[in-house]
Amino acid sequence: MATLTHHESATAEQLVVTDGARKTFFAIIAAGVLVLILGILAQVMGWGAEEHAAAAHAAGGHAAAAHEEGSSTLVKRILVSLWHSNVFFLGVSTIGTVFMAINYVAYAGWSVMVKRISEALSAWIIPGAVIMLVVFLLGRHDIFHWTHEGIMDKMVNGKPNPGYDAIIAGKSGFLNLPFYLIRTIVYLAIWAFFSYKLRQLSLAEDQLGGTVWFHKSVNASALFLVLYAVTSSMSAWDWVMSVDTHWFSTMFGWYVFASWWVSGIAAIALTAIFLKQAGYLRALSSNHLHDLGKLMFGFSIFWTYVWFAQFMLIWYANLPEEAVYYNQRLGGYEGRYTGMFFFNIIINFVFPFLGLMTRDAKRQMIIMKIVCIAILVGHWSDFYLMFMPATLRGENGFLIEIGIAAIFLGTFLILFTRRLASASLVPVNHPFLDESIHHTT
Amino acid sequence: MTKQYALGIFEDEDVLLHAVENVRAAGVKIYDVFSPYPVHGIDDALGIERSRLPIAAFFFGLTGLSFALWMQIYMLGFDWPMIIGGKPHIGLPAFVPVAFELTVFFTCHGMALTFFTITGLYPRFKVPVMDVRATDDKFVMAIELDETGSQFSRLTQLLRDNGASEVNQKEMTNN
Repeated sequence: MATLTHHESATAEQLVVTDGARKTFFAIIAAGVLVLILGILAQVMGWGAEEHAAAAHAAGGHAAAAHEEGSSTLVKRILVSLWHSNVFFLGVSTIGTVFMAINYVAYAGWSVMVKRISEALSAWIIPGAVIMLVVFLLGRHDIFHWTHEGIMDKMVNGKPNPGYDAIIAGKSGFLNLPFYLIRTIVYLAIWAFFSYKLRQLSLAEDQLGGTVWFHKSVNASALFLVLYAVTSSMSAWDWVMSVDTHWFSTMFGWYVFASWWVSGIAAIALTAIFLKQAGYLRALSSNHLHDLGKLMFGFSIFWTYVWFAQFMLIWYANLPEEAVYYNQRLGGYEGRYTGMFFFNIIINFVFPFLGLMTRDAKRQMIIMKIVCIAILVGHWSDFYLMFMPATLRGENGFLIEIGIAAIFLGTFLILFTRRLASASLVPVNHPFLDESIHHTT
Repeated sequence: MTKQYALGIFEDEDVLLHAVENVRAAGVKIYDVFSPYPVHGIDDALGIERSRLPIAAFFFGLTGLSFALWMQIYMLGFDWPMIIGGKPHIGLPAFVPVAFELTVFFTCHGMALTFFTITGLYPRFKVPVMDVRATDDKFVMAIELDETGSQFSRLTQLLRDNGASEVNQKEMTNN
């Protein structure tokens, strides 16, 4: 690694997105479209249909009831995986701003070198927000049980309503269409506003210099973190937990946040490594990677802690209304999610834990790269496990889901790199830049 | 057995860091450096090899994990099986918190004991101190002399040239 000596200082570096890189992004999208078409074909032609039918039968009356109300499995799968990938990418995108805000509030100097990467991550917030609202408005019936027509009405035309669900009706104060839409828009607006605000302050600092921008950023960050603490938790209830309308867990907000957070740090580290290997970020050294690696290591354990805290209490108490969540995922629907369930723990806990344990591992690009990719894939699968058993039950698959995720990834990378290239990769007037250059661990 | 040491006393950590580099460059072996607080970069300047303590820690942790799992499986599964909350005798999720705690317990106690033993910092009646001011506001560089102590005058010059405010000779009884 070519790094700066003690006496040099960093200068502005302009990222140029090469044609090769752009081709790769379009290739990812094209591959995604191809896999998506294959998946649609597989669904329409009914490859492996006997298995599906058996699973749907085994799932019993409830699945059958849900069938009658929803669209065809194909439409349902597309809508659910749009929602799934969007929640994942939107969350990771927002983590960029959260990471930066935490570093501002902590007056941390070391992370200045990767600050522009976390700024650029938020390029997906606006497109993600649009996709989220469109998918919700068009396809909410196939994702959220509580939006079904009349499910909260006890009586219809003076007669008892057979579709009435007392438990869902009891949640109508929170889970109703206007309030839900207002909440979603408020979360997205807060996230988009503060990511825009911090980006503008940072760009103004590049142009004009001085410490006034830094202090303004600290104030904006402190306010954002308070709001994010509430909105991240509530968005997890709304966007993720409410697909399992009957079920609830007080751990869920933290669980989703932990997933987003560790993936966001992995995304920042992975981008930093790619940029370094392409010859950018001259002042980035293995010391910065070491710190990012420590965060990934620590927060993989944090995710596991939250995951296990939720699992163990439910396992111990064994209350039917809670335990059903793990029933579905551990052996339910003829065990179709069991493998995923254990894969989730291995790739998100065992692998980063053992892989990043030594100091040398955290300082080597190749190991960091492998673990970053594993964490990103692992947490996408974690969201898969949150959504699919609740929405598609015994009819889940992988081709459509992976195809849509690849289309998201390609588009995300195009917008992300465009924002990365729109300003210097090194925030040249940041007051802590020198500290970051000389950072040692 | 007694040993002779030349002690260079420094007032400033930057002066000390450069002195360490220069003294080593002059071919003199430094016994150790004593400072009131950890000095950034001193390990590299002294050429100290990386500690193998983390490897020991890993095995202490592994011991703790194995002990915790063995203890719970043996006690609740074989020695005195009890039905708790209708769960199997060997209900692994219930064992995880204890296994985690004992892993941490073994790791940190094992690490602390190993560290104190190999560095000689364990508690005892007679504590060897090179210069008591190293616990307050001075940085002390210790260089071991041979039995005759003949290099002392040459070292005094070298240390003074590199910014030492005073140079003393001290006799220490090794344990």
